[in-house]
Amino acid sequence: MTVNPSGWRPSAPANEQGETQTVTGNRALMLEEPLIFEIGTTEQTGVDFGEMPRCEGRLAGLERNREIGLPGLSEPETVRHYTRLSRQNYAIDLGLFPLGSCTMKHNPRLNEKVARMPGFADVHPLQPQETVQGALQVINQLAFWLLDLTGMWGVAMSPKAGAHGELCGLLCIRAALEARGDKREVVLVPESAHGTNPATAAFAGYRVENIPANSAGRVDLDALKARLGSDVAAVMITNPNTCGLFEPDMKAISDAVHAAGAFVYCDGANFNAIVGRVRPGDLGIDAMHINLHKTFSTPHGGGGPGSGPVVLSEALAPYGPLPFVAKMPDGEYKLVEEENAGEMHPNAFGRMVAFHGQMGMFTRALAYILSHGADGLKQVAEDAVLNANYILRSLSDVLDAPFAKAGPCMHEAIFSDRGFGDDVNTLDLAKALIDEGFHPMTMYFPLVVHGAMLVEPTETESKASLDQFIAALRSIAERARAGDPSLKAAPIYAPRRRLDETLAARKPVLVYREPEPAQAAE
Amino acid sequence: MRYLPLSDADRGEMLRVIGVSSVDELFHDVPEDARFKGPIHRLPMHASEMAVERHMAALSRKNMVAGDVPFFLGCGAYRHHIPASVDHIIQRGEFLTSYTPYQPEIAQGTLQMMFEFQTQVARLFGCEVANASMYDGSTAMWEAILMAHRITRRNKTIISSGVHPHYVKVAETLAKFSEDALATAIPQLDAEPDTERLIGKIGPETSAVVVQYPDILGRITDLTPIAEAAHAAGALLIAVVTEPVALGLIKSPGEMGADIVVGEGQSIGVGLQFGGPYVGLFACREKHVRQMPGRLAGETVDAEGKRGFVLTLSTREQHIRREKATSNICTSSVLCALAFTVHLTLLGEKGLRQLAQLNHARACEVADRVSAIPGVSIVNQSFFNEFTLKLPVEARPAVHALVERGVLGGVSLGRLYPGADALQKGLVVAVTETVTDEDILAFETALKEVVR
Repeated sequence: MTVNPSGWRPSAPANEQGETQTVTGNRALMLEEPLIFEIGTTEQTGVDFGEMPRCEGRLAGLERNREIGLPGLSEPETVRHYTRLSRQNYAIDLGLFPLGSCTMKHNPRLNEKVARMPGFADVHPLQPQETVQGALQVINQLAFWLLDLTGMWGVAMSPKAGAHGELCGLLCIRAALEARGDKREVVLVPESAHGTNPATAAFAGYRVENIPANSAGRVDLDALKARLGSDVAAVMITNPNTCGLFEPDMKAISDAVHAAGAFVYCDGANFNAIVGRVRPGDLGIDAMHINLHKTFSTPHGGGGPGSGPVVLSEALAPYGPLPFVAKMPDGEYKLVEEENAGEMHPNAFGRMVAFHGQMGMFTRALAYILSHGADGLKQVAEDAVLNANYILRSLSDVLDAPFAKAGPCMHEAIFSDRGFGDDVNTLDLAKALIDEGFHPMTMYFPLVVHGAMLVEPTETESKASLDQFIAALRSIAERARAGDPSLKAAPIYAPRRRLDETLAARKPVLVYREPEPAQAAE
Repeated sequence: MRYLPLSDADRGEMLRVIGVSSVDELFHDVPEDARFKGPIHRLPMHASEMAVERHMAALSRKNMVAGDVPFFLGCGAYRHHIPASVDHIIQRGEFLTSYTPYQPEIAQGTLQMMFEFQTQVARLFGCEVANASMYDGSTAMWEAILMAHRITRRNKTIISSGVHPHYVKVAETLAKFSEDALATAIPQLDAEPDTERLIGKIGPETSAVVVQYPDILGRITDLTPIAEAAHAAGALLIAVVTEPVALGLIKSPGEMGADIVVGEGQSIGVGLQFGGPYVGLFACREKHVRQMPGRLAGETVDAEGKRGFVLTLSTREQHIRREKATSNICTSSVLCALAFTVHLTLLGEKGLRQLAQLNHARACEVADRVSAIPGVSIVNQSFFNEFTLKLPVEARPAVHALVERGVLGGVSLGRLYPGADALQKGLVVAVTETVTDEDILAFETALKEVVR
């Protein structure tokens, strides 16, 4: 294997620019960093404890007698290690992060401050309810406003992320169908759907069938109607869809689905485009998850935690999971759990998680909603859509925009690789954007557009930021059309060049193993 | 509005470039009857940072803060001291405001941290590999049951009576919709869990046996005979750890033969936060890795031969495999995993051992003191930092009476098992390094009054 066993020393010759190598492998502010297993020891620690009292004989004779192999570092080494690692990441705090369908908007720091208030950060989920009335009120207040914004009937707050919310919604549908003795086996999913939709339907025990898109990038209403029948439990639709387009037939779709005795699940990943302007409840939707980490600005944190409350229609609300927070007539907030469900929520389908959901995300989302208010949230949707259309129109002469002729997009602009020179593809263009200091857009998704590039700027980008991005992407697109082979080498200036993903999958190295003695002695 | 950079002049200029006269025209695909004419009537208008902070602070003050009172709650969430540098690191914008590392060239920070986390979790649990986190312990346990089902092609799972009842409820809920049959039971107030009885239930159709270690009453039991019995029947042993600090002092489940070890990582680096976000831990044998759910970071090289990390084995995952994926999980809990890995790096093996020893010794002291109160007895023969008391009165009202005396004195089994008459006098008490001598005295004094 060519893997550098020591991790941080340069193991390769100078790259094609002929740069000279440094002794350390560092390049000024671009700092290489070994693994903790290469720098820490099991005897080092960054935490001081006082006197160490002992207690014997109460561990069932299962005292650990082997070393675990956990390296420790002192506090300065720890802070430096992770700070150096952090600098190898791109982030919204550094620049435009136009990852379509991911809504990478600015994460307000007030949210972080609020989440750390001791009454939210330092309360235990099983504390007696009289000691957590403020926390329960946060959940109730956020739930209330999510209902207001969506025009729905009920909301399940406990799902931990978007896909978990999808599962919650489908289980409500399943419970509602079972309650009327109706066994249905199929969930219909558009080809353009997020991968989580079919995966969730399968996870909930359904068979998945695709429904095609029409040439305008929308759900083919006729094909959908033709497929509906007594075996279809639900249709999962994303609106606005993953091509960045609103489904204008949504109400007709819902009516047809309901007439066939099925339910409409809406993937709310793209709610940012319509918040304050369209209420899913008015479109006949029965269940929709809301990614608080998208529309409501809670941080993505490198892949979570998310939070995926699910709003429910009148038909599904009775089946929502436990626990939930109810406001009693006397003003007290009460947690409805298995114990009191019989009187307050007898048809609950069950429980999604231990405890009550992502409280740390609820406080952040509530602070965000209060900050924007009703007027600001509407402006959020408008600016998000404006920014996306500005990108779409500014680039549609150099990039193929398959749906742009038909009209504007919503919060994200989609382009295809049509017109690129031979041997140049979407991946090359994306990697070249890295060298220009941008995070690439979503690539090769949705599957219905060839070599798809899905650009979602969000409303928190300034015009200057968009103009710089447009200029960079325009230049790269022109190179792609000309078939510029140098795009294959991108990125050149990132902490790493292109990584060998095939090697990683063929010979998985998922944990660190100490090098063999022969190597260690080098 | 402070989060929106566009000025009205910008908006006008951009509309001109787009070639429309108003932003309403951009919403032309939205049919007239779908447009909400609002205002969203109950939601107030925008507010200043100061006003929002004031509103939220008022809500925060309505809660009894764990750190302000003698505090003894556990049962799946534990209050440990978190070094200040942990919160500092997770608030670095490059970690906080980055996405799932789909572009590895500019996400090595997150990917390397995931790789370090995976290694730490695997070693702590005594397993060969671990993933980059799940939502929490309860969902990790359900995913482990499904994974065992895929591996053994059997669908009958035995869940020990010592498993956290919320975890069991989650599994029962989801099993209704999959083709899994679960055998569950509620615990007895016995000194030792009934391992013999559990082993007796294992049969040729058993997919997995699920055991919590230490269990919901705080008891510690040797998993080796259970693992042997499960393996003899072709079944897997799934161990659930809700207090990973314990593994600084006691043997890991992997060492005793567990095939899949899952857990709740909250107690290392992550605050109580009223139940979430937490971080699910998931580890298993290398030969089963392709059946594992969740993200995985793997080592590779870049085009210049430098070591780097990427997300790997994605063909298990929903964004590639769609309905054939091992799980529907997408977003997991990476920032909490970062907090876990930073805290564990600060501790190191030596610090973890000391922390565990401190917890255990503190718990022994409290156990001795409170079980000396007339009428109060300790159920456990063994425990780490959490044990169960049998009170002479019902524990639920006792917990409220303790609150009236300013003490958060444990979790009543009545709260966790509302219908189980035999458990109503049980009180689960957790004692961590954060408990002071004054706290112990206050708890002892209050409990004496309450059980009198």
